[in-house]
Amino acid sequence: MDFTFTPEQDALREQARAFLSANPEPSWQELAELGWTGVSIAEEDGGAGLTFVEEGVLFEELGRALYRGPYFSTVALTLPALPADLRTEVAAGDASWTLAFGPLVPDLDLADRVAIVGGDGIYELEGAEREVLATSDVTRSLGVVRGGDPGRRLADAGVLEEIRNRSLAALALEACGVARRALEYAIEHAQTREQFGRPIGVYQAVSHPLADAYTRLELARSLSLWAAWCVAEVDAQAPVAAAAAKAFAAEAAVQVCETAIQVHGGIGFTWEHVLHRLYKRALWIESFAASSTTLRAEVAASLLDATGAGSGVDQTPVSLTQGG
Amino acid sequence: MDLRDTAEEAAFRSELRSWIEENLPEELHGHRGGAARFEGPEMRAWSRALHDAGYAGLTWPTEYGGTGASYTHQAILLEEMARAEAPPHVGVIGLGMAGPTIMAHGTEEQKARYLEPILSAEEIWCQGFSEPSAGSDLAGVRTSARQENGHFVVDGQKVWSSFAHLASFCILLTRSDPESTRHAGLTYLIVDMHAPGVEVRPLTQITGEAEFNEIFFDKVEVPAENLLGEVGGGWQVAMTTLLHERGTLGFALQAALEVQVRKLASLARDRGADPLQRDRIAREWIEMQAVRFTNYRSLSKLVKTGRPGPEGSISKLVWSEANQRVTKLALELLGPDAALSEENAPYGGYWQHQQLRSRGNTIEAGTSEVLRNIVAERVLGLPKSR
Repeated sequence: MDFTFTPEQDALREQARAFLSANPEPSWQELAELGWTGVSIAEEDGGAGLTFVEEGVLFEELGRALYRGPYFSTVALTLPALPADLRTEVAAGDASWTLAFGPLVPDLDLADRVAIVGGDGIYELEGAEREVLATSDVTRSLGVVRGGDPGRRLADAGVLEEIRNRSLAALALEACGVARRALEYAIEHAQTREQFGRPIGVYQAVSHPLADAYTRLELARSLSLWAAWCVAEVDAQAPVAAAAAKAFAAEAAVQVCETAIQVHGGIGFTWEHVLHRLYKRALWIESFAASSTTLRAEVAASLLDATGAGSGVDQTPVSLTQGG
Repeated sequence: MDLRDTAEEAAFRSELRSWIEENLPEELHGHRGGAARFEGPEMRAWSRALHDAGYAGLTWPTEYGGTGASYTHQAILLEEMARAEAPPHVGVIGLGMAGPTIMAHGTEEQKARYLEPILSAEEIWCQGFSEPSAGSDLAGVRTSARQENGHFVVDGQKVWSSFAHLASFCILLTRSDPESTRHAGLTYLIVDMHAPGVEVRPLTQITGEAEFNEIFFDKVEVPAENLLGEVGGGWQVAMTTLLHERGTLGFALQAALEVQVRKLASLARDRGADPLQRDRIAREWIEMQAVRFTNYRSLSKLVKTGRPGPEGSISKLVWSEANQRVTKLALELLGPDAALSEENAPYGGYWQHQQLRSRGNTIEAGTSEVLRNIVAERVLGLPKSR
């Protein structure tokens, strides 16, 4: 058992953090030049032939940087449905995608092409009208598609489970990145802001909520990395791990942001400070795909119902009457 | 990153699993733990069997009678013991606290004298740190050790001492310099619990059991060779003990929580749960998995770098609060039957006992308040509150 990153994965994280800090709004082509759009695409298709664990490193850093672009919609939502020639285009930075699997479609303003779930398969949607809607989080849009025709058939509906698992794990990791950044702001503020003649971090009414925020974040991160590994390895526990990770991490990110806003006092409530943007992304993540309550209902079914067995959750009976 | 056992770890796990299956006596299966339940000879025999099979002191160096195995093996051992609902080795304090402290600070004579009987369960240890006026603020210790004619004379009172009624020895934190305050002037001693002047009184707790004791010392003579570390250097030695107390706990706690959550799920299947209760059960399962993988992250760093990751410091805090919620949720699932106890209650009163016992979880081995201070100050780098 080894739950550490490789030196290469650590280097990828450092590169991503440095790059996104210097280039807060990179273009799709720039991401392709860094090799990020083709991380898990096979080498013969123009990618790096790596795994979802490396993509997970990027999702965490992209969340931290509040990246605005079609990375999530292309790599998490659509990539499993794309045939080899279209994957090559993604790896090369020639195309970005989004997937319409529900009424609200992310990144419609930025994605080059749109795929749609219909009946037994996933198709490219051609000639549709796109309308981008107002969202609280201005760094990630939602929109609707109207009309249009199904064009090329991209994949069977069977790929939807992989899409679901990748998306939930990716959102969980983004949530961890968002929470990390919010916590860093809050710690820095508690170390430097003085009231009653002392830094406010000496007061346990401030420091203990921050310790709890750290605790929630690290638990979220453990679940999210577990989910990423399960997705990368196509492990039997991938569905329940992804559901658990997204359910926990989205709530954790919302809580951590709320603690950070409270610790900042008035400044945390202003439009000027970055915290509200992190908070709005956390809320976006919580609402997208499936809420934490919905995902926990799935987890409960796999734990408690006969029909839920086979999802990788251990339902081995245990003794209810203990001696001793 | 690979969350599977290596071939070597898998072999160890499967060998261990069969060993437990073959050797765990039926009457010890599902043993609830707690020092009051450790008295019988069958617990010593079980501990001895663990030692003979090489499972006691798994990570201890072979020169001290250990197996010299990796921390990963120790984690596997704790997981498998909990999953099999097997009781731990009776030498909880000796294995986890006294032994590692003696290895770090003891003389060669002390190592030769004390370590092996801890593993074989011939000698049980207790800890004498907390006092009526020194709880979380351990530096307030008042129990005195006066140097006189080549030995120490100990007077004072210790409290919350598990296993004291069974123990052969106590690791005792004393104040040797009466003029000193706080962290200076403390001295760490090994005290024979059968020496004249040592009196143990059990403390009956919220469950009606007596796991803890008070220990009274009245002019107890302690030979000079029982000094651990240096006179006046007791605080540093005590920190080694506490580091081990919190450091080795995580896996045992997570594994116990896993068993508890599985029992909760079985209870819900048995007696039914409404959608709100199902949501809370799912929450607890998810959080239990989160503790598990947090421990794995910390352990992997320990194995690779020799230092556990900082995230490991949250295990005990999270476990204690989770165990309180899980046991209370179980009582809710029992409905009005929750008010019954012992043999009149469903499942022999298991959940009623567990729920009451869980209130101690956020107090023992570092209160949640102290643990939050540790996270805030040592992990997050916030200014000290004191």
